[in-house]
Amino acid sequence: MQRQPGKVALLVTCVVDALAPGTGAAVVRVLRRRGIEVVFPQDQGCCGQPAWNSGLVREAALVARPTLKALARALARGAEAVVCPSGSCTTMCRVHWPELFSLAGMAAEAQEARRVGERVLEFSELVARLPALPTRPDGRRVALHHSCHMLREELGLRHQPVMLAERAGCQVLPWPGAERCCGFGGTFSVKLPELSAAMAEEKLRELDSLCPEALIGCDTSCLLHLAGRARARGRDLVVTHLAEVLDAAESGHG
Amino acid sequence: MGEFGLEHAPLRERARAALAQPHLRRNLRRATDRFMEARASAFAQLADPDGLRATARALRARTVARLPELLEQFAERLLARGAHVHWAADAASARHYIGEVARRHGVRKAVKSKSMASEEIGLNRYLEELGIQVVETDLGEWIVQLAGETPSHILVPAIHKDRRQIAALFGQVAGSRVPEEPAALAAFARACLRDEFLQADMGISGVNFGVAASGSLVLVTNEGNGRMVTSLPRVHVALMGMERLVADLAELDVLLALLARSATGQALSAYTSIITGPRRPGEADGPEELHVVILDNGRSALLGSDLQEALHCIRCGACLNVCPVYRQIGGHAYGWVYSGPIGAVLTPALLPSAAARELPLASSLCGACWQACPVGIPLHDLLLRLRRRRPPAGMAERLAWRVWVALWGSPRLYRWSLGVVAALAPLTRWQGLSRLPLASRWARGRALPRVPSQGFRHWWRENG
Repeated sequence: MQRQPGKVALLVTCVVDALAPGTGAAVVRVLRRRGIEVVFPQDQGCCGQPAWNSGLVREAALVARPTLKALARALARGAEAVVCPSGSCTTMCRVHWPELFSLAGMAAEAQEARRVGERVLEFSELVARLPALPTRPDGRRVALHHSCHMLREELGLRHQPVMLAERAGCQVLPWPGAERCCGFGGTFSVKLPELSAAMAEEKLRELDSLCPEALIGCDTSCLLHLAGRARARGRDLVVTHLAEVLDAAESGHG
Repeated sequence: MGEFGLEHAPLRERARAALAQPHLRRNLRRATDRFMEARASAFAQLADPDGLRATARALRARTVARLPELLEQFAERLLARGAHVHWAADAASARHYIGEVARRHGVRKAVKSKSMASEEIGLNRYLEELGIQVVETDLGEWIVQLAGETPSHILVPAIHKDRRQIAALFGQVAGSRVPEEPAALAAFARACLRDEFLQADMGISGVNFGVAASGSLVLVTNEGNGRMVTSLPRVHVALMGMERLVADLAELDVLLALLARSATGQALSAYTSIITGPRRPGEADGPEELHVVILDNGRSALLGSDLQEALHCIRCGACLNVCPVYRQIGGHAYGWVYSGPIGAVLTPALLPSAAARELPLASSLCGACWQACPVGIPLHDLLLRLRRRRPPAGMAERLAWRVWVALWGSPRLYRWSLGVVAALAPLTRWQGLSRLPLASRWARGRALPRVPSQGFRHWWRENG
């Protein structure tokens, strides 16, 4: 979809739904400001990724199915795309859903997942295609965490988040660990908690010398993991989703 | 398998033990960063790195799909050149054959160039039990042998050690202080190893690639020790994993262009040897006998399976160097010969051990391995396929997933559960929470997230 959609459905993700409502609100405001109608299918839940990554196909399919159905209905009712403020959930829907439902023996859902999946766009992927709006520049020196699913060739979203952060008036600082996994990895973070925390620790240690005023990213789960590690080591790091940074800069204008 | 840690402790404990060694992490970080930088600049010099990678992937897929037929051709050509061929179905068969060759020739000392397949079959210990002295001649492998350890990287066996540790080790061998300078360390090793080459009755090597069309063995090294091992002793035994085959020199050309670049960032390794048969009449050097052991040891079971792509691997080590997990814990924590993402795939694929089935969990599935792999093996997908074969072990975990499906499989109960979470939000400010069973695993090294008392749906009701 290259042209601006008139109406999109929001796949808010379970993490944002429960833990980061401000991120969901920011996505809605950024899109509405550009004249896009946003609908929120109430029957959506989780994309099934935690079970999928644990090798549990049936469990993942049973949990993902209501979300698939909710999005399919929204698309049938005129939404032209689905927007999702997470690289990993976008990858789950776009890349893994068809395989998930066929492995689970749900042929009709697998068909539907192909139709729905290709219309799921990650937040920065969609917004980078839309016109830039005036902002009151953010002005902060920030570090950007490139989450793994954003970088992989399936989505390939390396430049879009940087461009949007700069559009919001942030000074995006280069740092060595920017593209290295933060160690969240879903159930990985509870199966091997010490290892997962060590991976976060290395990234944060690199930030110690950089001293950014905020760490921004496009996956709330990675950001909560990094923020949790930062607090555990006694440093309160400001951690913000890109949607909130952009929304704040745009709403501050005029 | 006794030298390896796989059966001694569960993965989580092995990882914790590795994390408790700050030296290890510093050494790994330094070395892998250097390899990754070198790799990036080597690929930047190529006109079309992505195209080359796609070509290599297609070539590997084609060759591995024809593996049985190409192996027959390879063996025929080897025999025609005067080599002996042994098909080893498993580790014991390979060990036994090599031991027999050594016995027939009255071998007292064998020199080896680096071979991970020989680690896989536990060859050194077996030959030592037969009374044969085995000397590793790859510098890193020699260091590891002197230390009584196993390699911690498939390409750089002693990557976990820094030069201080190596100088201390060499000092013990020398009986006097050896300077910590890399040049002095290399000179010391060269002096020690030179005599070993001249005294050895048998040379044992691995094989980087076997060429089916010509029956040639290709060996890639940076130290030249491979050439000494394969040309000085009377007998040369080459041990080759059955998948390390290329159809012809055209395929070899593509893979050689990728191997050194991916491994060390070199355009080519310092020595690329192509060995075709033993010494022929009139030739000045080379062994009198050449034995090629083609090792299956679980590999053929992967043919036609959803793990077949694991056989595409050319053992460059790039996936280890980019892996954020390997970077923290190093190779020994994986518990067997092969470490890093390819090790987490190969170990459970090749070993029937229950402990091996835990290894695919040693990944955050970040996909950096897939992006770095010069032959495009989707390692993160293979890890997922292996996870599907291993259902969660514990009762508690099975129960947790069941509750999760019962609640989140229904939109109504999903919303209800989010309401419960929001209602319990004040609890997340209570310190004791981090001691409760599920929360405590997260709280190991991380503060629990502060749960807001109103979720997104509340905002949507007001603003939607």
